[in-house]
Parts: sequence; C-alpha cells; structure tokens
Amino acid sequence: MKYSKLYFLGILLTFLVSTGVKVKAQDKDLLDLVDTDKPKKEVVKNAFKSIRVINGHSMEFLSPGTMDFRILHRFGQINIPNTFAGFDQASMRIGLDFGLTRYLQFGFGRSTFKKEYDGYLKLAPLRQSTGHHAFPATIAFVGGITLNSLPYADPTIQNYFSSRLAYYGQVIIGRKFSEGITLQVTPTIVHNNLVPLANQPNDIYAVGFGGRLKMNKRTAFTWDYFYVVNGLQKDANNVPLNYNPLSIGVDIETGGHVFQLHLSNSAGMNERAFITETTGNWEKFDVRFGFNLSRIFQISHKK
Amino acid sequence: MKCPILLVAALSIVTVSNAQKFFTKTGKISFDATAPKSPENIDGVNKNSICVIDSKTGDIQFSVLMKGFEFERALMMEHFNENYVESDKFNKTTFKGTITNNESINYSKDGVYPAKVKGKLDMHGQSKDLETEGKITVKAGKVMVAASFVAQFDDFKIVIPQLVADKVAKAAKIIVDCTLDPLAK
Repeated sequence: MKYSKLYFLGILLTFLVSTGVKVKAQDKDLLDLVDTDKPKKEVVKNAFKSIRVINGHSMEFLSPGTMDFRILHRFGQINIPNTFAGFDQASMRIGLDFGLTRYLQFGFGRSTFKKEYDGYLKLAPLRQSTGHHAFPATIAFVGGITLNSLPYADPTIQNYFSSRLAYYGQVIIGRKFSEGITLQVTPTIVHNNLVPLANQPNDIYAVGFGGRLKMNKRTAFTWDYFYVVNGLQKDANNVPLNYNPLSIGVDIETGGHVFQLHLSNSAGMNERAFITETTGNWEKFDVRFGFNLSRIFQISHKK
Repeated sequence: MKCPILLVAALSIVTVSNAQKFFTKTGKISFDATAPKSPENIDGVNKNSICVIDSKTGDIQFSVLMKGFEFERALMMEHFNENYVESDKFNKTTFKGTITNNESINYSKDGVYPAKVKGKLDMHGQSKDLETEGKITVKAGKVMVAASFVAQFDDFKIVIPQLVADKVAKAAKIIVDCTLDPLAK
C-alpha cells in the first residue's frame, strides 16, 4: 500500500507539472511551432535609387520586366558670363534600359555630344544578399560600345566605320553598408579604335569611386568620381586638356520618377565621353548643372 | 491500484485535445490601398503567410513577411518595401489574438462558423488592438479562415508623402484567406 501511495503521488506530481508546463507553453508563441524555416536568400535592393550613380553605372539593377526611360541633360559651364549660369546651352542623352533578370540588364541611348550612340550589357555573377548563402557585395561586369555618328572629319581620305567605334569594359564592386551608406569601386577600361594624335593611348584605364548617403526616405546625396590613370592629355604648354570627372548631386524620388540633380565638370553622358573627354576643371569652377530624369515602366506582367 | 491508471488515462485525454492545433505556411493575405484618384490599383498579396490556431484555447496567430508581398508592378513593390513599410527594419507583421466565441466552433464537425477575433496587430514597429469578425469553415479536417479588416496607416506610423497623398488611400483593407491543416505533434 505504501508503495502504491508513493506511485500515486508521483503521477499526481507529473500531472501537475505537465499541466503547468502546458499552461506556460500556451502563453508562448504558437508561431514558434511552425515558423522554423531558415531565412531565405534575399538580394539587397535599393543600394542606389537609380541604375546610374550620376554618370557611371551603379551596382543597382532594374527589376526584371521593367524599362527605365532616362532623359539626361547637361547645361553649359556655370562660370561662362551671360549664359544664365550655363542654361543657355544644353546637351542631352535619351536612353532606354531594360531589366531582364535580377542579374542581367541592358540599355542603349543617344547623346547630342558627337551625335553618339551607345549600348551596354550589365551582368552580375554575384549580388549582395542576406540569408542563406549570403554574399557581402555585388560584383558586376559591364561591356559597352559607343558609335560616333558625326560626319567624318576629313572626307577626302579613306575612312573606316570601325574608327567611329569605342568600347568599354567595367567591373563594379559595390556594397550597401547600411540603409544610409553605399559605396562602390569601378575599375574601367575604355578602348578608342581611333585617337586624334599618335601619342594618345588607345586604351585608357580609369577607376571610379561612387557612393551615396541617404538623407531620408526620398533624397540621397551622391558622388561619382573617376580617376583616369593614363589618358589625361596636356597641350604643348603642359596645360591639361582634360580632367578626372567628378560629379556631386542629389537624388530625389517622387514616387513615379527619380530626379538626379548634380554639378559636374563633365558634359559627356556615356563612359567614353566622360572618362576620356572631360574638359572642365573643378578648381576653376568649370562645372555644369545637370539632371537625369528616370521613369520606370512595367513592361512584362506576372499575372 | 485503479487510481493511477485512471489518472494516466485522464492525462492522455488532456494531451490529445491539447494537441489539436491547425496551421498553414501558405496562407493568403492581401491588401488594397487604392484611392479613388489612384492611377492604378495599389494592392499586393502574400501567399506565404503563416497562421496557427489552437482549437482548444481559441488562440489565433498570424505572421507575414513583408518582403513576401507580390505586386503587379516591380516599382510598387520596391516603394512598398523601401518607403512605406520599411521591410528591412520591420520585416514581419504579426497578429496575436483569440477567437472570443471559440466555444461555439466545433473543429471536428464540418460547417461554417462565424468567428469573432480580438487581438494585437504588430506592424511597422507599432502595436494596435484589433477586433474583427470573420468566418471559420471546417471541412474534411481542414480549417479555413476568412476575414477582412481595415488598418489605418496613421496607427502604424506609415507615412504617405504629401506628393502622392491623393493617390494612395489613408488605410488598407486587409483580406485574410487561409486554409489550415492539422498540426501533427
């Protein structure tokens, strides 16, 4: 009898403890019972508001199935008198960019400057991501071509179509460090099939440094600088003819559009033009006001 | 010696009825924030919502990953995540509540039962008490939950900028449509 009493007590104790635990378990999160999945891989988005930092390509990609209609303007140099701070002149580029997949994008455009056409393909083998198989940075490659369509400078000689062409290749290594800070480095090579002078290199190397500081949800401060390693030209008196392009600006997102307003010493709006033909000197304030206007259209629908 | 056996039996009955929980990881929760002047429909759907019901206590809980909302336009999805609900900061919206008329719902008998739910909705870092009515349908061992309610953006500190104030509604109608299976545990 004594033994069975003990047994009884034991069961009673187990019962009390187990109901106690149960009551506690009910207070606990029911969701924990089923929400056991590991976080999925997720590509980090909105490193930049736009696919261009200002002039150069950014680490950002268009969403698949969207088209970016971009209108770019560069006005005249602010420091030229009687031009209403340069607004009397304008040079522009009109372009379309398409997002194919999250890792592939292409685009083309035409600029007033040299009546130049340009096109590119941008591919990201790795994009910055979180979760399973996370990766800390985006690594992307850009290959582009430009076509100068001005009349031949000297029609009396034999001209070749290939002399109108230039190519560029670029690696974009970028990281969105936080919601507020994104930085990227873009080693670039520009190849001109034809250069005006024999002492000018055909291959020009440059390294771009771009970034943004997000100020609030809809505005960001951006900068875009290219250090040209070997292509800066000087005249006979050793006066520089071209400079490293530097642009600083503000991105404003209005919902439907992204406006990129900036000051730049460059008038060119494709890689060949702004890396090899930037003539303004920031020290003399040879800068221009410019803006990029971007509007994204959904061209393929999932449903 | 009979007493322990009875107790064990009683205990096991309690355990069985307690284990009667239902869940889904593929629930559908959609929202609509279209205003009369919206140039397009502003709506999204999340097809991977988690919902758990404890039929014994009437506890009902939802969890939705904000990045899981799908939109017809990619840009709308980006704006939703980046500017409105700030998914990087507040990745989940949860609702934890109880079915107040749980005793009138028989989870083992097919039928349609009106359900009253009371609880807390946690979204965008804000918590708000919520009360709504819905419908629970029991069919072939599955439990279907349908409900809709309105969430005011003000309550959750989701700011609609002046520029688009007339193109986005001030509140979202949220529609819940989940089919739950018994939780085997």
